[in-house]
Amino acid sequence: MTRMIIALPLAALLAACNNQGGNQASTSSVTQVTGAGSTFVYPVLSAWAADYKSRGGADINYQSIGSGGGISQVKAGTVDFGATDQPLASDELAKSNLAQFPIVIGGIVAVVNIPGLEAGKLRLTGPVLADIYAGKIKTWNDPVIAKLNPGASLPGADIAVVHRSDGSGTTFNFTHYLSQVSPTWKGGPGEGKTVNWPTGVGGKGNEGVAGYVKQIPNSIGYVEYAYVIQNKMTYAQLQNSAGAFVSPSADSFSAAAESADWKNAKDFNLVMTDAPGQSAYPITATTFVLMPKQPKDKAKSDAALAFFRNALEKGQDQAKKLDYVPLPAPLVQQIEAYIAANVK
Amino acid sequence: MNATAADPAELASSPRKSGAGADRAFQLITAGAAWLVLLLLGGVAVSMAWGGRLAFKTFGWHFVTGKDWDVVGGKFGAFVPIYGTLVTSAIALMIAVPVSIGIALFLTDIAPRWTRGPIAIAIELLAAIPSIIYGMWGLFVFAPFMAAHVEPWLSGHFGNKPLIGPLFSGPPIGIGMLTAGIVLGIMVIPFISSVAREVFSAVPAPLKESAVALGSTRWEILSRVTLPYTRSAVIGAIFLGLGRALGETMAVTFVLGNAHDLSASLLMPSNSIAAAIANEFTEADTDLYRSSLIALGFLLFVVTFVVLTIAKLMLLRLNRQLGRTH
Repeated sequence: MTRMIIALPLAALLAACNNQGGNQASTSSVTQVTGAGSTFVYPVLSAWAADYKSRGGADINYQSIGSGGGISQVKAGTVDFGATDQPLASDELAKSNLAQFPIVIGGIVAVVNIPGLEAGKLRLTGPVLADIYAGKIKTWNDPVIAKLNPGASLPGADIAVVHRSDGSGTTFNFTHYLSQVSPTWKGGPGEGKTVNWPTGVGGKGNEGVAGYVKQIPNSIGYVEYAYVIQNKMTYAQLQNSAGAFVSPSADSFSAAAESADWKNAKDFNLVMTDAPGQSAYPITATTFVLMPKQPKDKAKSDAALAFFRNALEKGQDQAKKLDYVPLPAPLVQQIEAYIAANVK
Repeated sequence: MNATAADPAELASSPRKSGAGADRAFQLITAGAAWLVLLLLGGVAVSMAWGGRLAFKTFGWHFVTGKDWDVVGGKFGAFVPIYGTLVTSAIALMIAVPVSIGIALFLTDIAPRWTRGPIAIAIELLAAIPSIIYGMWGLFVFAPFMAAHVEPWLSGHFGNKPLIGPLFSGPPIGIGMLTAGIVLGIMVIPFISSVAREVFSAVPAPLKESAVALGSTRWEILSRVTLPYTRSAVIGAIFLGLGRALGETMAVTFVLGNAHDLSASLLMPSNSIAAAIANEFTEADTDLYRSSLIALGFLLFVVTFVVLTIAKLMLLRLNRQLGRTH
């Protein structure tokens, strides 16, 4: 315990030193940009950064300390940009004089471990998923699940629910979806990066949840899409708001991004769950970049913007390779207009 | 030449004078080192209490007794993590104490001389394994074993019994307080057994030889000579292990389930103070949430302090009682 209490300020101190190093480097010819926040975006952001630097661009130093940390760091002005999985409301942005825009999209997938069941063979609806996570549907052969899956042989075993134990943007998007489709969930645990789970065990990080689901028979969990692919996990089809059952895939995530109403979202304050499109996947997560509107260091702010512009326009392949979904072209145009108008 | 030999009195007194000064300085340095620890301890306690003041002010005593940990609703109660910490540590000690004393006794009195070194080294190597490795082993190897073999047997044989039944009911998922307690027990065995081995081998040989001469069995030597002679050191070793078990984070978070649910069953997931802090600190974005986690750290401090104080008092009473009977 004491070790941890000492380690925390030490880590903060190191981070602060790091940042100072960054400030000094900017005076030399190579610009170093510092960012902090979401762990969800870290793999694709670091791939973009490595590629950008190899082609002579600025050095992007991103610390994946979590969305909450990213927001407070960018508000305090210790980093050049922050990244968060939960968009900030316009008034909060205005108070801190921040601009906000989406950078990449990913999907959150319900994964199950039911002996003998193949991937994509289980169909669930949003309210049923909410009832499972609320502990109201307790067994896999519950009539409600059986009705959605005629012909499937589901065991009478208890459902072992797995959720995240750490605060996470993944949990925020997942519970945001459950709140939208289930009034009882909205009135109960609600939405947030950590909620008061009525039942289940908590795994630390996506890898923790994936590990638990693989270890515990008859379990259900939720992880980012990349973990489903890499761990060859059994995913469930989900019913979207148009009534169709869709599998998680890059195409269904893109469909959600295209059908979401970005045009009317002020400062892109939009959580894209339960998107209306016919082939849209219902639980998608967006990572947003936060930047000061009047940056202290114009050179670094410009370098960061150039990096993000490059990522939005040319980073699609790398994003796809890492199982993220690039933003649709009209949205990219909208973002570029927003940046030009807002970040001076 | 003359000058050096001239004043023997001065010659004798001057080194004594500088020696006294050095001695005084040495005393100050050692005292400073000792006081620094106390100062640090006090500083840590005060700064955690200060960091957690918002939580204590908002919830009062309910922070300790409350069972809710509702981040969305902003309601925090530390009862579940405190309970989980104490129960897992208790299970750990129940396993580690007899095993460790057995190991120590075997190594000092029973094992053939040539095996003592290798076994002692192997046990001390257990202490060198990083706790995250214990966590991963617990999750990938031990938890499935518990779920497939141990827990179904436990709930089948004891789940319906009166009194102890509630302790062993629930679905066998392999992750929960019992698994965490056993993993913790394995982790603290080297701490207890290595100290116990040291003190057992410090028992004067004539004492044991006299007992042998009187016809004592090995058990009688252990219970009437070795343990009474080394009692305070062995209890100290046990509490060293307990301190480690109370604060263990990584291994516990892997196998405990990290759920803020209160359940009587040892097979069900729970949470511990250290695991809750490690899991939730990064995304604790409201002041009340962060303050509650720091307050949780303060409570761990208090729990450890109370447990160690009780141990000291027990030891004191034990010594006094024994003093009376002799």
